[in-house]
Amino acid sequence: MSRSHRSVIPGFGLSLGLTITYLSLIVLLPLSAAFIKTSGLTWEEFKTAVFSPRVLASYRISFLASFAAASLNCVFGLIVAWVLVRYPFPGRRVVDALVDLPFALPTAVAGIALTALYAPNGWLGHWLDPIWSSFVHKLADVFPFVDWVGLLGAKLAFDRPGIFIALTFIGLPFVVRTLQPIIEELEPEFEEASASLGANRWQTITRVIFPQLLPALITGFAMAFARALGEYGSVVFISGNMPMRTEITPLLIITKLEQYDYAGATAIAVVMLVASFTLLLIINLLQKWSRRHHAV
Amino acid sequence: MSIIARNITKTFGAYTALNDVSLDVPEGKLVALLGPSGSGKTTLLRIIAGLEFSDPGSGRIDFHGTDVTDIPAGKRGVGFVFQHYALFRHMTVAQNIAFGLTVQPRRERQSAEQIQARVKELLKLIQLDDLGARYPTQLSGGQRQRVALARALAVQPKVLLLDEPFGALDARVRKDLRRWLRQFQREIGITTVFVTHDQEEALELADQVVVMNNAKIEQVGTPQEVYDQPASPFVIEFLGNVNRFAALGHPLPGAGPDVIYVRPHDVDIQRHYEGEHGVRVRVQHVFSAGNYGRVALVRLDNGDTIDAELSRVRLKELGLAAGDEAHVVFRHIRLFPAGAFVERDVAADDATPAVVDAGRDI
Repeated sequence: MSRSHRSVIPGFGLSLGLTITYLSLIVLLPLSAAFIKTSGLTWEEFKTAVFSPRVLASYRISFLASFAAASLNCVFGLIVAWVLVRYPFPGRRVVDALVDLPFALPTAVAGIALTALYAPNGWLGHWLDPIWSSFVHKLADVFPFVDWVGLLGAKLAFDRPGIFIALTFIGLPFVVRTLQPIIEELEPEFEEASASLGANRWQTITRVIFPQLLPALITGFAMAFARALGEYGSVVFISGNMPMRTEITPLLIITKLEQYDYAGATAIAVVMLVASFTLLLIINLLQKWSRRHHAV
Repeated sequence: MSIIARNITKTFGAYTALNDVSLDVPEGKLVALLGPSGSGKTTLLRIIAGLEFSDPGSGRIDFHGTDVTDIPAGKRGVGFVFQHYALFRHMTVAQNIAFGLTVQPRRERQSAEQIQARVKELLKLIQLDDLGARYPTQLSGGQRQRVALARALAVQPKVLLLDEPFGALDARVRKDLRRWLRQFQREIGITTVFVTHDQEEALELADQVVVMNNAKIEQVGTPQEVYDQPASPFVIEFLGNVNRFAALGHPLPGAGPDVIYVRPHDVDIQRHYEGEHGVRVRVQHVFSAGNYGRVALVRLDNGDTIDAELSRVRLKELGLAAGDEAHVVFRHIRLFPAGAFVERDVAADDATPAVVDAGRDI
């Protein structure tokens, strides 16, 4: 490297080499193994493994539930992050630490705990279930044209809502932790500037604060969504694992593995991978668009 | 639009930011709130703006005779420019400037074309005609400052308030922008209050300087007044360099030694001096830049340092070099009785009173 390009921290070549080796070993190699394993299948075999009705149903439930859970986390994660940064209240540190719990808890433990809570005879389930079902029926009355993805008559635990609950639980910290530093950086000056120019509170929130949080919110959404897609441990306890109804894709992969159908399992995994990768790419592009003003 | 603030007190917990402060800002004037950090100047500005409110039960703010004490910032008709501009990063320059116009209630809001025309007019005013489509991150500090100003002016405020408007700029830009703001304020004649800790900026720019210290106003006056007739030791020390000595004797009963102040340009250096008021000094350092020469001197009797400022011509005449011995004579001094902020102007030409203390090191 020429003298003029010397930077404070040297070793670009070394660190780039290390980066590529590390990523290859940890990420790329296992992924390509999945592709290689899948390529052992004929096209017909691949199709039956990947596009059988039961598998298709699992894609639908996995993506829909993950999307819904990540969306809900965006709403409440934003509120939690805002409160944790902006309002000093007694016990704030404890609450702040609580946010990380879904990170740290073994997912199976989370699954068992949530199941115990939301089961029809559980603490929450036995009085939330009736509220929930009347709520969904009312919604269905108001929006009869919406496909209620089988939510009508579904209990919270051992059915589709259970998957959503579990995925919401594990996704929350991603949204909160990505938003917190951004909110900390957001000087109250912006709000004051907006207010001094005559904006009301709603205008200040929607036109000044929210757009500045949007890039981080999209990142948080992407992380929560990606995490939810891959989640297995907590979901299998609460979902009931009914074929065509509450089987998530990771569960089907495990099922196939248990039947020593390695190629079939990796085939599904490959489809998941490609789909997730595409979605994350789209989200990244969206994020880039929302940060367009940072481009100089 | 005149501003009257009466008996403003503001406390943050145990800390008093403003202690019963009253201030009049005449219509159309450019007024500087000058003081060190923690003097309460920014708090006063924010209370005038309606971004902060004085302690319950204290104080009153009038804009042109109308009580606005309880009216929030957005409804006071003030334009506020923040120290770090607070430009909205996700909006273009034009969108930033238009913001105040677009958030008006639908009934009062101008049409999109009118708003656009107004933005264009303001962009021209701040001499950034072609940069409307840029984002704030793509602008220099001085340009951002002007955008913030245009944004504040878009809603046609009756009062313009600026918090350390030049604080974050480098020296050159600061000077240009200062001159521009002065001219600009004259042209549109808007009542303007700005906060600064830079005395040069306040003296150069303002019609009226409000010197603040310790949650109180020390003095209000024209730049000439506060410089030439400082009301307190704080004011004389804060406004530019000054030599400070303790005086001998107790001219006022009960007070400690009085304090004497001499501006560096009131220190005359003479090679040979026959009179009785001279002080013998040794030259420590000579430096000249521009029209002025600066000389650092040490008194031979007690080792106090004296800073002198003289014209380049005079400096050349004297031909001083480090290590030389000379005499100094004070042309004009100012004496403040210690402990009491009573002004006593004892200045007279060629009068260095014999009361200058030999023993006290300050």
